[in-house]
Amino acid sequence: MHPVALTAGLTVDIRRKRFAGDGRTPPHTAIENLQFTVPVGQFCCLLGPSGCGKTTLLNIAAGLDSEVDGFVDIHSESTQTRPAVSYMFQTPRLLPWMSVRDNVDIVLDPPARADGRGVKLLERMELGSYLDAYPTRLSGGQRRRVALARAFAIRPAVLLLDEPFVSLDQPVGNRLREILLDLWQAQPTTVLFVTHDLNEAIYLGDRILFLSQPPSSVVHDAAVDLPRPRTPDSPVINTFRTGLLDRHGGLLAGTAGPTTDSGSSTP
Amino acid sequence: MAVGTVDVAATAWERLRRAAGGPAALRIFSFVLLLCVWSLATLADPSGQVLPAPWVVLDTMWYHLNEEGLLYHLSVTLWRVAAAFFGAMVIGVALGILMGARRRADIILDGWHILFLNMPALVLIILCYVWFGLTEVAAIVAVALNKIPNVVVTVREGTRAVDRELLDVARVFRVDRRTTFLRFFLPQLYPYIMAAARGGIALIWKIVLVVELLGRSNGVGFKLHEFFQLFDIAAVLAYTLAFVVVMMVIEYGVMAPLERRCTRWR
Repeated sequence: MHPVALTAGLTVDIRRKRFAGDGRTPPHTAIENLQFTVPVGQFCCLLGPSGCGKTTLLNIAAGLDSEVDGFVDIHSESTQTRPAVSYMFQTPRLLPWMSVRDNVDIVLDPPARADGRGVKLLERMELGSYLDAYPTRLSGGQRRRVALARAFAIRPAVLLLDEPFVSLDQPVGNRLREILLDLWQAQPTTVLFVTHDLNEAIYLGDRILFLSQPPSSVVHDAAVDLPRPRTPDSPVINTFRTGLLDRHGGLLAGTAGPTTDSGSSTP
Repeated sequence: MAVGTVDVAATAWERLRRAAGGPAALRIFSFVLLLCVWSLATLADPSGQVLPAPWVVLDTMWYHLNEEGLLYHLSVTLWRVAAAFFGAMVIGVALGILMGARRRADIILDGWHILFLNMPALVLIILCYVWFGLTEVAAIVAVALNKIPNVVVTVREGTRAVDRELLDVARVFRVDRRTTFLRFFLPQLYPYIMAAARGGIALIWKIVLVVELLGRSNGVGFKLHEFFQLFDIAAVLAYTLAFVVVMMVIEYGVMAPLERRCTRWR
């Protein structure tokens, strides 16, 4: 009944994002000269030291923050409406007074709700027996699954994720990453995934953008050309990681390292 | 054997002690204590005119219930309480949200708010009666005006404490404004609205009596004034008791279940 999910590419061109600061916090430039393009359907990971403006970037892309010198453009062939953007926050941000089912249904338009799209997604994520439970009764991993279902339920053209699996133990986190890839392959969408975990980025991404210390810009653009499906923490991933860090030692600290041309990678 | 008996007795005693210390038992004890103090105090008044005994009050209440239209006056007062309550809640919640969410509105309205918050109830009642006449509307407006500032205080505080992160969820997923307000925003205010409602209903019924005493010809307040002039203390206490019972029914029959419903997800 419904058209295939509309995907869209994403162009980021931010000259500067400054926080004015108030009496207690000094003014602070979070992002400077950050430019990149994510083509339609790509799974792009953003990696950088903490406090480097990754969340700020996602907030701008999601339309939550418009006080910026520059833009994040989300473009698709069909230009009638702005493509749907989903955002999975660092915390699940479920509404505690609504059941699991309602938490997903609330973001859907009436036809999609009548279609039972939310329930189907929740069942696919093994939450079928928790539809009427309140989020406070769920475990951390289950809450993330609900948030993931909500993010995919609106058939987003672009999906933004902000360290969504942080503070979960390894098996739970790996299961969620697996579910994310499974959904992404079933429902292709352009993904911008923020993380500070290189292994996670290699496991998930088609491409990894390394950001610098604030004010952040892109210091390295790496394609992850490993075949899928991948196995978390497998030798293949570790080899890729070692190779990357051998060539660019400072990547995790936000510098490109000795053997690369410095500065931003332009699309 | 002997040790066993002692043990059983000790457990029984322990259980009894625990039950006696339980909340239900304490409530009953507290109620009985009140009756005892009241009964003892009546000894100081042999005439029985100034402080009638509990059973006399109960008897008087029964008499007024059957012969003197207590239910009529009670229902008139209750209707005024309800009208003033709903009026005050709707206006107070709206103003509280406005002042909590919009800084400009808060600055503009704050002075007025403080003025009404500190205006004595009696002054508002007199002014309403003088300006709008001794009418039903004036009576209800006077009561509502007394309550609105308190509702505003609580709801404004609640609005300021609203979790913006959840509202951001509504924005990102492009939830329409109506749904955002009703399903994302308002539920966060329920605890504050419940607190305002609870405190409100108790305050309102006290003010309603004053309004009735000053300018109505029916209702509990009007009757109390009459009994005061006749020095019929038993009737005064009988009416008070009747209304307190009604308010307790509202508290346990309406407010408490409503609050449980609003917070069942916790």
